[in-house]
This record gives sequence, structure tokens and C-alpha cells, in this order.
Amino acid sequence: MAILALVACGGSSGGGGTTTALNIAFLPKAVNNPYFDVAASGGQEAATALSGQFKQVGPSDATGAAQIPFIQTLTQQNVSAIVVSADDPDAIAPALKQAMAKGIKVVGYDSSPAKDARNVFINQADSKGIGVVQVQMICDEIPGCAGEIAVLSATSTATNQNAWIQAMKDELASNSKYSGLKLVKVAYGNDDPQVSTTEAQALLTSYPNLKGIISPTTVGISAAAQVLKQTGKAGKVQLTGLGTPNLMRAFVKDGTCKEFALWNVKDLGYLAYYTAALLVQGKIKGNPGEKFTAGRLGDYTIDPNGVVLLGPPFVFKADNIDQLNF
Amino acid sequence: MSERAIDSPTSSALAGRIGLERTLTLVARLREVGIVIVLLVVVAIVTVQAPLFFSISNFEQILLNVSLIAIVAVGQTTVVLTRNVDLSVGSVVGLVAFATGDLLKEHTLGVAGAIAVGCLIGLGLGAFNGLLVAVAKVPAIVATLGTLYVYRGLDFLIAGGKQVSAIDLPRGYLGIASSTVLGVPTLILAAALIALGAAYLLRNSGAGRQLYAIGSNPTAAEVVGIPTQRLIFGAFVVCGLCAGIAGVLWGSRFGSVNALAASGLELQVIAAVVVGGVNIFGGSGTVVGAVLGAILLATIENALRILHLSEFWLLAIDGAIILLAVGTDAAIRGYFQRILMRTGRR
Repeated sequence: MAILALVACGGSSGGGGTTTALNIAFLPKAVNNPYFDVAASGGQEAATALSGQFKQVGPSDATGAAQIPFIQTLTQQNVSAIVVSADDPDAIAPALKQAMAKGIKVVGYDSSPAKDARNVFINQADSKGIGVVQVQMICDEIPGCAGEIAVLSATSTATNQNAWIQAMKDELASNSKYSGLKLVKVAYGNDDPQVSTTEAQALLTSYPNLKGIISPTTVGISAAAQVLKQTGKAGKVQLTGLGTPNLMRAFVKDGTCKEFALWNVKDLGYLAYYTAALLVQGKIKGNPGEKFTAGRLGDYTIDPNGVVLLGPPFVFKADNIDQLNF
Repeated sequence: MSERAIDSPTSSALAGRIGLERTLTLVARLREVGIVIVLLVVVAIVTVQAPLFFSISNFEQILLNVSLIAIVAVGQTTVVLTRNVDLSVGSVVGLVAFATGDLLKEHTLGVAGAIAVGCLIGLGLGAFNGLLVAVAKVPAIVATLGTLYVYRGLDFLIAGGKQVSAIDLPRGYLGIASSTVLGVPTLILAAALIALGAAYLLRNSGAGRQLYAIGSNPTAAEVVGIPTQRLIFGAFVVCGLCAGIAGVLWGSRFGSVNALAASGLELQVIAAVVVGGVNIFGGSGTVVGAVLGAILLATIENALRILHLSEFWLLAIDGAIILLAVGTDAAIRGYFQRILMRTGRR
């Protein structure tokens, strides 16, 4: 308790003896998703470091407005901050604004709520950077950087994936280095192993000259790797995209997928918790241009859109994949 | 017991029903031929448009995708024949898939042990459905809607955010899906054996025939002394076991299992069953028809992808096929019923 009071000494609540306890809740798109569990472990780490409380709640299925009742409950429980990955940026905005009106700080992570319905958004990587690195990787892996490529995405409505795919298309069109690559199809595996598997198979059958698959989603890339291995196409069709080291380790070691990228998901959760804590304690206001230090991650600046950028994506290869465990 | 009942016609109504049942069996046979014809037409059209569709490896992929759905459809047919339905099959498959994967991941049991436990879990979940419907007399659509959520909830409880992925699973288990027997993939062979075995039993065993009788007319079945309750319970147990078998094979086929595995599968299975000519009001249809229905839907799905048509068409076309199939059934059934009534009066 004493530590809590010390940490909270910068709190805006004023008044003798009142403390600003750190009671911060994470609200991911869905609670049954390994990706968000890793982010939560980062949040937990920051909570321990700051002697704050951490909890994670959320819907079991990532569909539209399912997050709204959770936001309302957290508001009633009067948590000090909500850290949320928006499944639908606009649908949850009114509920978040109500929470903010009650003095609850709102930090977006992974996927931002509407701009006026949050204090700060922690962006894992900018869309352009993510798109560019994936095109770069597939170009490096395909001999001569020429031939047909396809994208195996999540759902057709996924905001993040659509932004990255658009960035890939822009990069393919504008950079003459990639003139030999032809994007023939964007398939949707719905982040479901079963659908992703059949979609990956269909890509191989319907495009016999396919040279590479980019899958910007953790479920898609591991399903595609499994299909390439089972059908004996590993090495003939190159695979890259976004994945987690634990799901992809075996495929990187046997050469099915030579490299893939991802931001450090645990750090994302850590930075989100840390930023929320600083907001609750009143050490930052969430204004553009503010600078702050987030524990072990170092210094960050809030950009003009109220966004904090985690850092460049990390490229995993056979020689570094064992250094990370998530 | 049923034989005695049939030998001594208690009423002309029962005789009429039996006549109708025979006719409906004939209709079902015609339906199967009908699906095969539609299937051949689809294959012919798509092959002309995109020759790479017509390859052994592509057909093998289609059948591999069908095999797990077909196994579940066999169980579902057994239940639907009795004028019931099991909406919980997707959740049973998901729960068994995760439980099996988790047992293998933690090395709690060997491959054979985990598979046996998975099948037993399916059997138990099916038995619980059976108790609700046959003993507690809860309407099947409500009882299994409830267990759809309960079983998925259990899956969420044990799985949480965890995922079993290919690297966690022993090679011996992953090898089941990619292995072949005399050149035929094991999964396809397993589905075919289960379907043919069930088809034989439904057609030739006393209990099998009685399931049809229950669906045709539950009251009459009760009157002639068919153990309705026990048979409906049995049908749900069979359905749970089939879903359990599909569940234990799930991880081997897809390499990764999370808490959402096989969600929504129940609707794919019911679509296959009704497209395959199984009457949703019970009493007629065959397992072979249901499997053909599953093959038809999967072939069309594959064809749309090969023709590079948008995914958004798929759902609309699936829906149109269901309406067409069920509409044709209703028309044919009405026609035969009118004929039978006319013959009955003469």
C-alpha cells in the first residue's frame, strides 16, 4: 500500500492522503487469442514493475460490438484506465467517451479506437513499415525477385490487415525493384486454421506458377506453412509474413519459411500499460509532443495524432528466432 | 419386436405409412442419383473453364476437406432421421480437438490413448445431449443449442488463450492425416468406412429401420412397441461419437487447434445433410446422400476458388443450393404423397 501511495504521488486527485491506485484493465479483441495473451504478459510485467493492478477481460469472439458491455462494466467498476484493442473503432467510441467523462484514461493498443475516444494510441508499427518489410522479405526469398505472389489475410474486414495489404500494393506499384512481382490474389482465411488451410491449398492449386505467399496474420502464416510442408511445396513456394516465433520456430528451422516479421508483442503490452499508468498518475496528459520514459523500453514521444510508435518490426530468421519466446 | 409389428398390421394407417416409407426410400435413392448428376455437371463445367481443376491431387484435396465434415454428417443424419437435430456438433468437435491436442502436447498420454480419450469425451457429450432430449424431453433444437454454448464454454475454460500448434504435436499423430493406405489418404478412407458402415447398419439392422420409423411417425412407432426413448438416446450417442472421431482427427489435419476450432461447423454439417436429401422432419434420407451433399458443397467451394470468383459469392451459392435441394424434396414428396393417397382410397 505504501508503495502504491509513493508511485501515485504525482496523481491529480489532490486532497490529503488520497491515492491514485493503478487499477488498469486490458480489453483485447478476444480473450482466446495467443497474440493478446502475449501482449497481456507484457502488461502484467509493467504492472509488477509499477506495483499496479492488472486484469484482462474481453469477449470470447472477435465480433463487432461485443466489447461494448465490457467497457460499460469496467466504467461501473471505476478502473483507473482501460487499455483497448478496438474491434470496431466507431462502434465502441460512445462507450469509451462515457468512460473518459468519468475520468477513466483510455489507451488504444494494437488497433486504435476512434481518435476522439482515447487519450493515446500505442501503434505497434506504422502500416507503411509493415507493408514494406513484407514485400522486401518475399523479394529476397524468391529467386530473381520475379513471379506470381498471393496474400493470405485474416478476415476481409480486418482494419490492420487491409491497411498493410494496401501498403504492400503501393510499394509493389511504386518501387521499380519489385516490377517482376505480380500480386495475383488476396485470399481470406478468417484467422481460422481450417479456413486458412483450405485457402492456402486453393492458392497452390489455382495458381500453379505461384512463387510466394505473404500472410500478414499469425494464424494464416502457420496454416500456410503446414500446407506447404504437407504438399511438398516447401522451398518451391516461398512464405513470409507476420507470425509469432513459437508458432513458426519449427518451420523456420526446416526452411519452409526462411524469414518473417513481427513487432515485439510483449513490449506492446508493456508500453501500453506503462503509458496508461503515466496518464493515470498525471505525469503525462496525452498531448502531442509530450515526451516520456517507459521503464526498460526507454524514451518515447507522442506524435501529432496522439500516437506513440513502438518501433520498427523485428525480422525473425533461423539465427535469431531462439532469442525470443512468445 | 418391429418384425412382429410389421407382420401383423395393426391398422391400415400403419400399412399406408410403410408404403410411404418405401416410396420415400425410393425417392432418396433418386435424390442420390440426382446429386451425383449435379456433381458431374459442376465438374464438367469447371473443367472446361479451368482445366487444372480436373486433377487427382485437387480431387484428393476436396475429399480431404470433406472427410471430417462427412464423419460428423454421418452422426447428424442418424439424429435427424429420428426427427431431432444436434446443433452442438461443432462445439463437440472443437472441445475434443483441443482436449486431444492438449493431452498430446503435455505428453499426458500416448497417441492411441489420447485418441481413445477424445472419442470417449465425444461419446459422453453425445450421451448428455441424448439424456436431455430422450429422458428430460427437452426439444432437441433447444437442448443442443444450450449444449452448443455449454460445450464451447468448457472449451474456452480449458483452452483460454492457449493454442496447440504443429510443433507441439508428436509426429505419429500429425502423420495420421498425411499418411495413405494403398495410395488412398487415411482420412478419406476412415470417412468412407464410417459412412458405409453406418449406411449398412441403418439399412439392414432392426434398430436402424426403427430409427426411420420413429422419424416417420413417432406416435405410431411408440404404439407398435419400438423403444423410442432408448433409440433416440442411442442416436445422440452415435452423433457425439462421430463428432468425437472428427475432433481427434482435427489437430492432425490442421496442425493447430485453438478455442475457436470448428465453430460454425454445425451449420456446414446440417447444410450437407439437407442438401443430401435427408428430411429435416425425420423418417427419410440416407447417410450416403448426406456424404454426397457434403462432397457437392465442398466441390462447389473449391470450384469457385479455382475460377477465381470472389469469396462473397460462396455463401450466396451455398444458400441457393440448400433452397433448391429442399424445394425439390418438398415438391417430389408432395407429388408422391398425393399419388399414395389416391391409391389408398381405391
